[in-house]
Amino acid sequence: MNEQKETIITVKNLVKKFGNFKANDNLSFEVFKGEIFGFLGANGAGKTTAIKILCGLWAPTSGEINVAGFDIYTQTEQVKKNIGYMSQKFSLYEDITVFENIRLFGGIYGLSRREIAQRATDLMRRLDLEHSRDKLISSLPLGWRQKLAFSVAILHKPKLVFLDEPTGGVDPVTRRKFWDQIYEAADRGITVFVTTHYMDEAEYCDRVSIMVDGRIADLDTPSALKGKYRVKNMNEVFLKIARIKPDEYNKLEPIYKVRKFK
Amino acid sequence: MKRFWGFVLKEFLHIFRDPRTMLILFGMPIVQILLFGYVITNEIKDIKIAILDQSKDPVTIELTNKIISSGFFILDRNIKNINEVEDVFKEGNVRQVIIFESGFGRKLKREGTANIQLIADASDANTANLVVHYTMAIINDFVREQNKLTGSPIQFIPEVRMLYNNELKGVYMFIPGIMAMILILVSAMMTSISIVREKELGTMETLLVSPLRPTQIILGKVTPYVALSFINAVTIIVMGNLVFGMPVQGSIILLLAESILYILLGLSLGILISTITKSQQNAMFISLFTLMIPTILLSGFIFPIENMPKILQWLSFFIPPRWFISIIKNIMLKGTGLMYVWKETLILIVMTSIFFGLSIRKFKIRLE
Repeated sequence: MNEQKETIITVKNLVKKFGNFKANDNLSFEVFKGEIFGFLGANGAGKTTAIKILCGLWAPTSGEINVAGFDIYTQTEQVKKNIGYMSQKFSLYEDITVFENIRLFGGIYGLSRREIAQRATDLMRRLDLEHSRDKLISSLPLGWRQKLAFSVAILHKPKLVFLDEPTGGVDPVTRRKFWDQIYEAADRGITVFVTTHYMDEAEYCDRVSIMVDGRIADLDTPSALKGKYRVKNMNEVFLKIARIKPDEYNKLEPIYKVRKFK
Repeated sequence: MKRFWGFVLKEFLHIFRDPRTMLILFGMPIVQILLFGYVITNEIKDIKIAILDQSKDPVTIELTNKIISSGFFILDRNIKNINEVEDVFKEGNVRQVIIFESGFGRKLKREGTANIQLIADASDANTANLVVHYTMAIINDFVREQNKLTGSPIQFIPEVRMLYNNELKGVYMFIPGIMAMILILVSAMMTSISIVREKELGTMETLLVSPLRPTQIILGKVTPYVALSFINAVTIIVMGNLVFGMPVQGSIILLLAESILYILLGLSLGILISTITKSQQNAMFISLFTLMIPTILLSGFIFPIENMPKILQWLSFFIPPRWFISIIKNIMLKGTGLMYVWKETLILIVMTSIFFGLSIRKFKIRLE
């Protein structure tokens, strides 16, 4: 895949400081069109800061950043129109109905009424939600809500979608199903930029970058990384990289600490 | 623009789907008006009075009987000396002392007029006011009867003294007060809560990533509350008029325009509160403590500003409802035009601009 390697995100020397603290320390990377790009790291490693900058939410301290063909400083409007976003916190409104949510976000992204109607019908048929059109989101099971939230995030057919820990707090089966949806989107040509701290999910990505202490410690395909560190899975890759920096260990999620001593 | 209206529509849906919000928006004003209205205009019953009759002639005895048999008053005691009045009040049971001048009946016969003094304990201003009004009504009734009987017009000249609270405000005070309180609560509290809710749920982030501009998001959040607060203002004016006979002497258009200005001020405060709070609960408490309590205590709504200590009087300069109450009292009761309330109006405009300026700055800083 990615034969032509057309880039959709270009980041050069991105720095973000909060006071004296460097949340993002000289990041440089590229994301190619159509790939699923995993953005890994422990909590506090700077993932969220980076994703917020790429989405145009925060201004970087310095660096050159181009997203979906637009400059993040001067063409923020254009960037926003061409990306989708879904965060860990659930992003649909619970007290309004399935269709009203679709209509709202369709409207916000400038779709016409006819486009909204058509895509809503499509989407509900695909997700098997036709009978829930006028149900409140709060009445849907979590798994469905999440699928719907993702579908709404790509309703305006963006070139690129950012998923910020989309599967946080979800059971493994639902997570697996959610990844099927991500693949589907990637098949339709949408580039997926996903942050996660589930290492099994890292295996599903085309390429992953691993952030430690505000820097990108490594970046490659999962199989290349496993080969390089001579381990069997991404979890061990992560631990090897983290072990390079002992301070970093304390910032790890408890789940990694347990596994480390197994 | 279309993006914006879709967003406003969603905000209306939130409001209409939430029974609690609806209740606060529409139930609260009505309940408050009725509550305050009836508490303040409540009928009086069995109020203890004392009488100092310096004449003891048939006219004063008959009038005394009429007052006591009305059912509103109980004669606690007869006093003999003007010096006792103070003591009677200090004991605390007696709310009113009625004093007939000496030679009351004789004077009445000869000159056609006589003096009655009504002294009320105005430490409870509203009761004092009522007590005096009731007594006067009885006395006037008595005068009418006498006129019919004798054919020659007589006149009592009642002199009213309010003890302990000379600057007694009228019962009409409460409608402007409630209007000031409800409008600022609804517009500031409800908007700050609804903005902070989006932060809490994480939907704010989704909105900020979308092509909607931050100003559009904020305007979209507040637009429904402008409309609903305006409906509230109209409800209060109409109810005040129909239920409690609160007049609107001045221009209704000016009154509504001033209300809109005041609503905008509330919204700007709401936005400001939302930029400094992280949870809905916080937003609510800050609104209640910084808006409702000062409105009740310092705006002149219940306690006359003139009677406050100097420091509190200065403090009340910074309380927006104080100016709004002054404006709408002028328009509703005195029928004055913008010429007379331009100063207050200007103060509200300046406050609104400052709050909007601050909240836009805060909102931008948060985005950085």
